[in-house]
Amino acid sequence: MFGEFDTGVISDNLHFLIEGMQTTLVLTVIAICGGLVLGTLLALARLAPFKPLSFIAGTYVNFFRSMPLILVIFWFYFLVPHIVGRPVGGFYSVLVAFVMFEAAYYCEIMRAGIQSVRKGQIYAGQALGLTYAQNMRYVVLPQAFRNMVPILMTQAIILFQDTSLVYVVGVKDFLVSADLVANRENRILEMFTTVALVYFVICLSGSLLVKRLQRKFAQ
Amino acid sequence: MNYNWDWGVLIREPYFEWLVSGFMWTISVSIAAWILAFSLGSVVGIARTTNSKILRGIGTCYVETFRNIPLLVQMFLWYFVFPELLPDDAGMWVKRELPMPEFTTAVVCLGLYTASRVAEQVRAGIEAIGQGQRNAGLAMGLTPAQVYRYVLLPVSYRIIVPPLTSEFLTIFKNSSLALTIGVLETTAQARQIEEYTFQGFEAFTAATLLYIVVTSTVMLLMKLIEGRVRIPGMISLGAK
Repeated sequence: MFGEFDTGVISDNLHFLIEGMQTTLVLTVIAICGGLVLGTLLALARLAPFKPLSFIAGTYVNFFRSMPLILVIFWFYFLVPHIVGRPVGGFYSVLVAFVMFEAAYYCEIMRAGIQSVRKGQIYAGQALGLTYAQNMRYVVLPQAFRNMVPILMTQAIILFQDTSLVYVVGVKDFLVSADLVANRENRILEMFTTVALVYFVICLSGSLLVKRLQRKFAQ
Repeated sequence: MNYNWDWGVLIREPYFEWLVSGFMWTISVSIAAWILAFSLGSVVGIARTTNSKILRGIGTCYVETFRNIPLLVQMFLWYFVFPELLPDDAGMWVKRELPMPEFTTAVVCLGLYTASRVAEQVRAGIEAIGQGQRNAGLAMGLTPAQVYRYVLLPVSYRIIVPPLTSEFLTIFKNSSLALTIGVLETTAQARQIEEYTFQGFEAFTAATLLYIVVTSTVMLLMKLIEGRVRIPGMISLGAK
């Protein structure tokens, strides 16, 4: 019970826990960047006038969106060493898994964002003689990104939470580090409560920030 | 890429049975958790649209708490920490005598977590109808409960069919997290087959197909239902 709540175990292992949090953050940031790039390309492919391209992009998105993330992690944990031809370690496998998986979700966000830009803007760009690529680069995407900032950030918070799933292949992120300490020191109660609290504070601050941004954009 | 293909492994003893039983667990966890999520989510969602400050506050706290802690951490909290926090007798009972402890914990955890998401959809559905209908109902002399029962809820549930479908699919996919506390559902069984036979490609393909088949079936079914219950001109009011 809380009477025996031992905060010493946290301060003793603080360094180890911070290292875990660093892994979590690195994973989150790289997955966001990779997912955004791949997701934008997919969204452009999905909206492209060339039918086979949009079909392939659509299939990719639906495929990844109907699979649980854990299964995707297992898939790439198994596949990546086979493709590369040598063991690469869990971290790189889950990194690939997260980028591929998140790209499907970012693609849908991007697509909605691009479609939220009014048709008149696209026509105006075309009338000015911009090519398809120029029109996207200078007219559509800057506006689309603006509309999408809040939902992109929400997705980032979800991704930050989802990185805890690397637990299933034992990559030492924040949760796994805490789990190791919990079992070594037999302090399960303290460690898991702390983990929950840390995640809660970070994610709540994030989502409050998103709400403020949303109000700002709505003005 | 050196790999010995052997698709036969999927129909061999005992691996075929493993997959079938895994699939059954996935379905049972999902449906049981969905019943909990839908009922509790509706209550919390309605609470957030009432005029009572206290009810709204409780609803908001519930949603923010469950939404801002990773599901996996919640799973561990329910499984490892929750029994420790109970009074000794109750804690002992949960640890020793709770029937199917892993399954029950997974259902409760998934259900409570998804309830926070369902609540947001229900709230969005009710808010989409607008204040006018509520006021009209009250002006006709209906009690607030009657306004919900006869005016707001019948419309809002029809508006939120599409987002609720995707919440169900989310719970279905999230049921794979039950493997972390030892429920041998589809993903866990695929992983186990890989560990026993090294036929990871075949095992994961089978699991993937199972998930895709269910997802597509549910989506198709809900498209039909959506078409039947749609209120012309109102479907776009639902939350995204």
